[in-house]
Amino acid sequence: MSADLQPCLSVRDLSVEFDTRDGVVPAVQGMSLDVHPGRTLAVLGESGSGKSVTAQAIMGLLDSPPARVTSGSVTFEGEDLLTVSPQRRRAVAGEGIAMVFQDALSALNPVYTVGSQLAELLRVRRGMKRREAWTRAVELMDQVRIPAPAERAKDYPHQFSGGMRQRIMIAMAVALEPKVLIADEPTTALDVTVQAQIMELLAQLQQDFSMGMILITHDLGVVAEVADEVCVMYAGRRVEDASVAQVFKRPGHPYTRGLLRSIPNPAAADDELWAIPGAPPNLLHLDGGCAFRQRCDFAIEVCASTRPELRPVGDDRLSACHRAEEVLDVA
Amino acid sequence: MSPDPVLAVTDLVKHFPVGTGMPGARPVVRALDGVSFELRAGETLGIVGESGCGKSTLARTIVGLERPTSGSVTFRGRDVHAERGRSLAALRRKIQIVLQDPYSSLNPRRAIRDTLLQPFEIHPDVLPRNKRLARVKELCDLVGLNPEHLDRYPFQFSGGQRQRIGIARALALEPEVIVCDEPVSALDVSIQAQVVNLFQRLQSELGLAYVFIAHDLSVVRHMSDRIGVMYLGKMVELGPGAEVYDTSYHPYTQALVSAVPVPDPTADRSGRRLLQGDPPSPVSPPSGCRFRTRCWQATDLCAQTSPELAVPDGAAAHEVACHFPLLPNAS
Repeated sequence: MSADLQPCLSVRDLSVEFDTRDGVVPAVQGMSLDVHPGRTLAVLGESGSGKSVTAQAIMGLLDSPPARVTSGSVTFEGEDLLTVSPQRRRAVAGEGIAMVFQDALSALNPVYTVGSQLAELLRVRRGMKRREAWTRAVELMDQVRIPAPAERAKDYPHQFSGGMRQRIMIAMAVALEPKVLIADEPTTALDVTVQAQIMELLAQLQQDFSMGMILITHDLGVVAEVADEVCVMYAGRRVEDASVAQVFKRPGHPYTRGLLRSIPNPAAADDELWAIPGAPPNLLHLDGGCAFRQRCDFAIEVCASTRPELRPVGDDRLSACHRAEEVLDVA
Repeated sequence: MSPDPVLAVTDLVKHFPVGTGMPGARPVVRALDGVSFELRAGETLGIVGESGCGKSTLARTIVGLERPTSGSVTFRGRDVHAERGRSLAALRRKIQIVLQDPYSSLNPRRAIRDTLLQPFEIHPDVLPRNKRLARVKELCDLVGLNPEHLDRYPFQFSGGQRQRIGIARALALEPEVIVCDEPVSALDVSIQAQVVNLFQRLQSELGLAYVFIAHDLSVVRHMSDRIGVMYLGKMVELGPGAEVYDTSYHPYTQALVSAVPVPDPTADRSGRRLLQGDPPSPVSPPSGCRFRTRCWQATDLCAQTSPELAVPDGAAAHEVACHFPLLPNAS
């Protein structure tokens, strides 16, 4: 949102489709986002909303087929990563953009020690000698606060706990000092006590390296704690884009409002929770109207006939709702 | 306690042998190491704790899926693990379980009709054959499933609907106690509130008692009359929900509560106490108090003697297992 800063990564009008046996699934439609140095953009959404597909498209990790990027650009350091050659993309994005996945156990190679996996990265990318790379790998493990790093570097991934494995993933991600870090549900598989440690570590490293971060999550608590800006996705589209303070104080889309209202309130434990009715739509059967209207308590006739475009709704925020102003007023 | 506990768990111990060695000398995982509590009719007892603390083993032992190493689980005075034959079958009807993952807990090759009729095939004397289908339709109405969808298969339902099927199956034999093992954590955020509300409605309509196990503390707090906090196979604090949450006596409970991300960007996070490291291995738990290796106020006494769960002297109102409980006027 902060237009005065130069973004380190810009996604414009990104659309991704998947060819399936049952038809074409429009997983992401017209997605745009800006990542600024030292700031955190939270992409909030439930499963199937397109948040992980967006991240994979940025990283060039989508298998094609079945995935097809049908439009858009991903601009990093002046180049569109979607049009450059695969070699160029690896040279540019491999150094400058890193990703942390939810499941660290399947992202690490089970038959190599974690130290050798970290060192290999440094040998290939930085041309370090074997011993130098190992020393640096141990340093990195120390930096992500793994106790006794020199000994633990000789251990295999299965010998670490979930939290420690996620630290190793983070060490690999920051090894090349990337400009942008994409964290895809980095703490979803972890306990709250470990989640708090990992989020603190990420925030510290982000400051140290002045990285821009995209945090993909479904957890409103995590968003409130670490994000600067929030982008809410629903059924493959951006429905709201605002600062974290704006979103939590006055949500500008009925979906965001519903999510916030369904958080259990400790002061009203006996009351029924507010619940958004129904379930997310099947992306195969989207029509020309608003995808949220069947579950929306603001829906009117126009919502069925015309899909609301994302539009400015006052002080530096966007909403894709025909009645955004009214939603803002009741919040 | 209450004059009418429907379920009593007494000094429950469950050890799983690991690795190899002479019988009796093999190392064991101390999943449960002396857990006791009572559950009253119509009450919800929430159980929280990190992964590996024994929550799920507790659930499985209560419903009879695991045999305890020692200790007992009694339903209205009858030992769940001592009964045999017909009386065991009658007992098992009364205690049912709802599992975490609605995807893997339903047989993908069975139509929902068959999944919901199965309890009556296992317990044929509950209902004559010609009345079962009507009962299954009644169950569908009760949990908010369309009875016209009985011929569908699990893959044709969303996660939230599948969890409703799992709940209908648990209700089929008219139980008095339902053990819920992480029943909403696999569901999308917008669906969780619906299922939480369903659990509460069923409780007030049918007078069910719940053991509600979850790692999401805000949901547990919303659901529970009382909350038990587990750490490495032991219950460390047990009391009324709001009390355990707001005035925790045990250092571990305080740390656990303060690690939960607060969905409010303006919240004051300065008083947060972050736990370091992971829980120790349940194969060789620390001597004395099991939490002492991560506790900021542990002394020699904590290493020597294991504190018992009891109401401490002074201003305390509920049970805690700590030598130095953090009582409101003492700290």
